[in-house]
Amino acid sequence: MVKFLKNLDRRYIFLLMLLAVGIPILFQVQFPEKPSGIARDVFNEVEQLKEGDKVLLAFDFDPASEGELAPMATSFVRHCCEKKVKLYFLALWPVGPQMVDDTIDRVIKKDFPQLVYGVDYVNLGFKSGNEGVIKVIVTNLRGLYTTDAKGTNIDQIPMCQKVTNLQDFDLIINVSAGYPGTKEWVQYAVSPYPDDITLVAGCTGVQAPLFYPYYPEQLKGLLGAIKGAAEYEELVVAKYDKEKVKEPDPRYQEAKRRMGPQLVAHLLMVMLIIVGNVIFFMSRSQKGEIS
Amino acid sequence: MNKEKKIWTIIFLLAVVYIIARATFWGAGMGKGYSTQLDGDWKVASATDYAAGVATFSWSQTIGIWVAAIFTLCIFSFLYKDNPLYKIAESVSVGVTAAFWMVVGFWDVIIPNLIGKIFPAWVQSWAIPGLSPIREDVWWIWIIPLVLGILLLWRLVPVGSWIARWPLAFIIGTTAGFRLIAFLSADFLSQIRNSIKPLVVVSAANDLVVADTVKAIVIFLSVLACLVYFLFSVEHKGVVGKISKVGIWVMMITFGASFALTVMGRIALLAIRLEFLFDDWLWLIDPTNKRIGL
Repeated sequence: MVKFLKNLDRRYIFLLMLLAVGIPILFQVQFPEKPSGIARDVFNEVEQLKEGDKVLLAFDFDPASEGELAPMATSFVRHCCEKKVKLYFLALWPVGPQMVDDTIDRVIKKDFPQLVYGVDYVNLGFKSGNEGVIKVIVTNLRGLYTTDAKGTNIDQIPMCQKVTNLQDFDLIINVSAGYPGTKEWVQYAVSPYPDDITLVAGCTGVQAPLFYPYYPEQLKGLLGAIKGAAEYEELVVAKYDKEKVKEPDPRYQEAKRRMGPQLVAHLLMVMLIIVGNVIFFMSRSQKGEIS
Repeated sequence: MNKEKKIWTIIFLLAVVYIIARATFWGAGMGKGYSTQLDGDWKVASATDYAAGVATFSWSQTIGIWVAAIFTLCIFSFLYKDNPLYKIAESVSVGVTAAFWMVVGFWDVIIPNLIGKIFPAWVQSWAIPGLSPIREDVWWIWIIPLVLGILLLWRLVPVGSWIARWPLAFIIGTTAGFRLIAFLSADFLSQIRNSIKPLVVVSAANDLVVADTVKAIVIFLSVLACLVYFLFSVEHKGVVGKISKVGIWVMMITFGASFALTVMGRIALLAIRLEFLFDDWLWLIDPTNKRIGL
């Protein structure tokens, strides 16, 4: 048995992982989520905004990380719409505007059709230059963003007329998949103006350990990976659906749904690590006996 | 044909028969895409919209779903072993990405940030209608990046390719200077400041907050232990050796947590691909109620 497990073809592990992720998806397995303090801080930062406040949403991700980040982007936009704040979208990734459009279609156009483009929300589009863009707009947004994503002059967009730089926003929300992303927003926006700029972020699991040291001073809250998204979703749904005794829309529970396969896959990983160690120590003791 | 090839051929043929059956006559079908017109733009719609009569069948959406599904399977096939299907999917992906970046580079960088600054009226007339046709006062400064860009491309010329080193040196120098300040401020000084915290945390009512106090002490000791590990001017023996070992443990725990979060991210990516295959392609599940009334 030990010999068989020791020489087990790794493709059986892949197959097990496929089943561990695939079966819970097929059977729609879901588990309850308990929000952590760091996710609650993100929620509270959005929650304390007043009607008409200005929120900048930087969607720095692409389809490759959409599975992990789109659920939190959806919840962020929904939460902001519920709070009736003004939404300013932009992206430092070239495919970001597409992600912005998808979220606008998924949330604003379906559930908040009364919101008017240019008055309640605007898509400023993609600008090349990575962190250079942040460095410029932190003091002069209009110098770089002369038009929105559709090519309309920024002076003709009513909600942009009183915006001159990043310090005019009441909150910045960044959804980040890598470079440029949350790290650059912290370095070039929050660090030079810690009293004037408030940032919360959602990021991929790979990045999360790098950003935890920024919390709670430089980052007021952080949603780490799909788990953070599920916790935030739970808070938004609890506030805006369950309190109103409304059945939550499945669109606003995507992350929670994806936590089902996560749990089963993690259990498999833990089991494999234990089995691997047992085999290692058993084969070492066998070698010791032989020698 | 060996046994392994026979088994795979049978599995492949069964899968093809199943997919053809589902796509044509078995059940509600599969892999169909729909679109609807919203504010003058064509948007992705669901089968529910189609059943309600507000969306139409879309060939482009349908082809997109099938291409994405087949390419996903081609990429997954690498987990069994390297094969031509994987190579095709990989090559197409690389080619499309390179082409995409070239188009983005042209339309989002060269046109608005260079040509649009030097000839704004001309660019406004055919590319960016919202752009102001009036030149900035110091518009000529954009000639510098134009010249540097041309010098960078000089690398492709057989004679004098060394000229490309000048703009490269400029890019490296400015980037290094630019980033140094940001890292010093956000990651060095701010992190030191954030680490200096009271070890005993008390609430507004002057009660001891045990959890936060323990957290503060653990963070303080962990930072100290890790710093001792990187203290190479003292031999790691005795007390210093023991503290540096604690530092190693702290770092191992950090790396473990980091790896676990990476695993979580990768599983999420696998989950979204499988969800796409089961939901959008095979129509085996409908978690977001996209096919009500079909």
